[in-house]
Amino acid sequence: MKTFGGPVLFLDRSDINTDEIIPAKYLTEITKEDLKPYILEDLKLPGFDAKGPKTTNAKVIVSRANFGCGSSREHAPWVFEVNGITSVIAESFARIFRQNMFNCGMAAIELPKADLDIIFSHADDADAHMNIDIEGGTLTMNGGGKQKDFTFEISPFDKALVTAGGWVDYADQKY
Amino acid sequence: MGKTTAEKIFDAHLVDEPFPGTKVLRLDAVLCHEITTPIAIDDLIRRGKDRVFDATKIKAVIDHVTPSKDTKTATQAKILREWARRHAIKDFFDVGANGVCHALFPERGFIRPGYTVIMGDSHTCTHGAFGAFAAGIGTTDLEVGILKGVCAFRQPKTIKFNVNGTLPKGVYAKDVILHIIGRIGVNGATDRVMEFHGSTIADMSMESRMTLCNMAIEAGGTSGICQPDMTTVEYLWPFIEGEFASKEAALADYSQWLADADAEYDQTIEIDVASLQPTVTFGYKPDQVKTISEIEGAPLDQVYIGSCTNGRLEDLRIAAQILKGRHLAPNVRGILSPATPKIQQQAIKEGLIDIFMEAGFCVTNPTCGACLGMSNGVLADGEVCASTTNRNFMGRMGKGGMVHLMSPATAAASAIEGKIADPRKYL
Repeated sequence: MKTFGGPVLFLDRSDINTDEIIPAKYLTEITKEDLKPYILEDLKLPGFDAKGPKTTNAKVIVSRANFGCGSSREHAPWVFEVNGITSVIAESFARIFRQNMFNCGMAAIELPKADLDIIFSHADDADAHMNIDIEGGTLTMNGGGKQKDFTFEISPFDKALVTAGGWVDYADQKY
Repeated sequence: MGKTTAEKIFDAHLVDEPFPGTKVLRLDAVLCHEITTPIAIDDLIRRGKDRVFDATKIKAVIDHVTPSKDTKTATQAKILREWARRHAIKDFFDVGANGVCHALFPERGFIRPGYTVIMGDSHTCTHGAFGAFAAGIGTTDLEVGILKGVCAFRQPKTIKFNVNGTLPKGVYAKDVILHIIGRIGVNGATDRVMEFHGSTIADMSMESRMTLCNMAIEAGGTSGICQPDMTTVEYLWPFIEGEFASKEAALADYSQWLADADAEYDQTIEIDVASLQPTVTFGYKPDQVKTISEIEGAPLDQVYIGSCTNGRLEDLRIAAQILKGRHLAPNVRGILSPATPKIQQQAIKEGLIDIFMEAGFCVTNPTCGACLGMSNGVLADGEVCASTTNRNFMGRMGKGGMVHLMSPATAAASAIEGKIADPRKYL
């Protein structure tokens, strides 16, 4: 199973939508790799730079409620994947985005607001870093000399998809 | 305990429950377009699994950018076209026969009460207007749907909307759904089915019900669902008359999908439409809504009438009624994109296209185009569009552009005045 975790990109707003993650005009690209330069291109947030090192180094995105709302485009998880981001932690997700993440063998992890508030307190730490154990359902937030553990739940089906590496092989064998 | 419509459809289509709460359903219709399907096709080929589960249950259309505008979009169209040919997918709609998927497929009678429907398009929830469970999904789910005819869902909870009363003058299904989204928020129905009941819905045409269900996703809803009735049967009759002895027999059969009176709901929300006004969005989220009296006079650069939300004949008739004998204000440009060739042709026969053109509108071929900033009416930075579409995200219709969502009537009135305007004075 691939590893999850690494440097964190903080996106402190609810309702970040799939048009902000990858604008529709790039949906004419035929390969996932071609999406790479356009990650979060239309997202406007104070201090956020889609081309900056925090974005390019990130392995984990942390955000607020209803992350990934809008279009069904799987290009949203794909643009994360080709940029090395394999997990998104948020208070809640839009259904299609969440399933797309797991279907691609990536993780969409929900945490309560109180936990996210603690994680967001690390937003200015240059060394903000997260370790994620999908199997054990735990993650550790590190940064600024501090460290804190959190527990989370993902459904057994979603866990099976991550373990199997995606839904296509799973379904083709079983149905 | 009784069941909701979605629960009945889930029970009738259950293939497997691999884990508690995860239901794998048999699919009745797998719908495809050229934006999200080619990568699924490419992946199937690379896996050595270039197969389809049932060519008669797969429907495909080129609609998002058509006719193709450049090499990339032409390539996407080509991949879909060749795949449809290779697998003898009879219901494939190419240039000339193509239109916006969520208007075209219902128009062809492909969606029936009790169906399970998926498409790699978030506005698939539209088809719930027929009493179907219809959900947008991503490319991987689409790929499995194409290959195996199944899709996995969490058992959704259902929110019941009792919508009652007579729609006031100038208020339409679009205003009702914008009002509902404003009330429950953009994630008010996440992982929920939105089941619509009440006298207002019973009085609505299928077109209006599609407008209503189309925007369920804008509240996070998995599917909108209306209760099948004689209006549903009348709409489908040309396609089903060989299957049933009479319309009454069809209705009796479809009634198996009606929600039970003692069904259990996550929430029940009462909507009295008598007090509704024309409703318009003002920000960058579909739940940011104002009544027309609160937003009247806001500036515009473009007016767009079309899309899977409001590009149907009924919408064109309403807008034309207001535009007849009038002209666009000089500060705005108007674009009409009828949703399907059949709608366009009928609009020509009825003289509606004349009215739009005499009013100064540009009439495009059926396509999703401008709604998602792909073609045929993309905005420049800082421009504002009054639009009958479904999404007002920042940059949706073009980088730096802003969108106000509204009904065709409000869009037509706004076109005349060159700023957001109340349609009621023109009715």
